[in-house]
Amino acid sequence: MLTRRSTLSLGLGAAAVTLVPLKASASLSPLDQAIADFTGGASVKDDGVTVIAPEIAENGENVPVEIMAPGAVAIMILAPGNPTPQVVRARFGEASGAPRLATRLRLGETQTVTAFAEMADGSFKRGIAEVRVTIGGCGG
Amino acid sequence: MSNVRPRIRLPRSARPGEVVMVRTLISHPMETGNRRDADGAVIPRQIINRFTCEYDGKMVIDCDLGISVAANPFMEFDVKVEHTADFVFSWHDDDGSVYTETQTLEVG
Repeated sequence: MLTRRSTLSLGLGAAAVTLVPLKASASLSPLDQAIADFTGGASVKDDGVTVIAPEIAENGENVPVEIMAPGAVAIMILAPGNPTPQVVRARFGEASGAPRLATRLRLGETQTVTAFAEMADGSFKRGIAEVRVTIGGCGG
Repeated sequence: MSNVRPRIRLPRSARPGEVVMVRTLISHPMETGNRRDADGAVIPRQIINRFTCEYDGKMVIDCDLGISVAANPFMEFDVKVEHTADFVFSWHDDDGSVYTETQTLEVG
C-alpha cells in the first residue's frame, strides 16, 4: 500500500538516483571520465602494458604507437594532452592472435601517451610513453 | 563520402595455428570538428568511429575510434588462423556509411 510517507521516500530516492550521476559526470574532466568509463573506478597497476612510441615526434599529426598488453581482453589508448583524450578503445575477440594494436595518433602537444588494459580476470593495468611533439597535430 | 579506399595487407598464405599480422589503412580525412575553414566556419566532424575485423565469422578486434586518431586510420593487429577462411573488415563513418572489404587467406 502506498502511504503518504512511502510515496515521499520513493520520490526522494528517485531524485537521489538521478542527481548523483549528473553530479559525477559534471565534475570529471574528459580524461577522468574516459578512465572511469573504462575501469569503472577499479584500481590500476602500473605494469604489464607496453607502449612503444617515438621519443620525439616531428609531426604531431601522425605519431605511430604500438600497445602490447599480454593477457588483456580490451585496451584503451589515451592522449591526455589532447582536447579529446580518448583515442581508441579496442576489444580483442576470440580470433585474436595477441592483445596487440599498432595505430597512428594525433598529438596536440608534448605528452604522456597512456594505455589502459582490462585483463581477463577483470583487473586493470596501465603503461605509458612520453612523446615530445615538435609541431602539434590538433591545429586549425 | 567519396575517395574512401580501404587497403589491407595479409600474408599470402599461413599454416594452421599460425598467428599472422594484419595491416589495414583506409583513406579518410578524420575531420575532427575542431577546425575552421578560410571563412571561419567550423568544418563539421566526420571520422571513422568504429573499425572491426572478423575471421571465419569470429571477432578479431572491435575498435571505437576518436578524433585523435590520425587521418587515414591505420590499424595493425594479430590473428590466429586455423584454416582457409574469409576476413571481413568494416569501417563505420560518422555519415552512416559502412565500408566493408572481404579477403580470403589460404591456410594449409
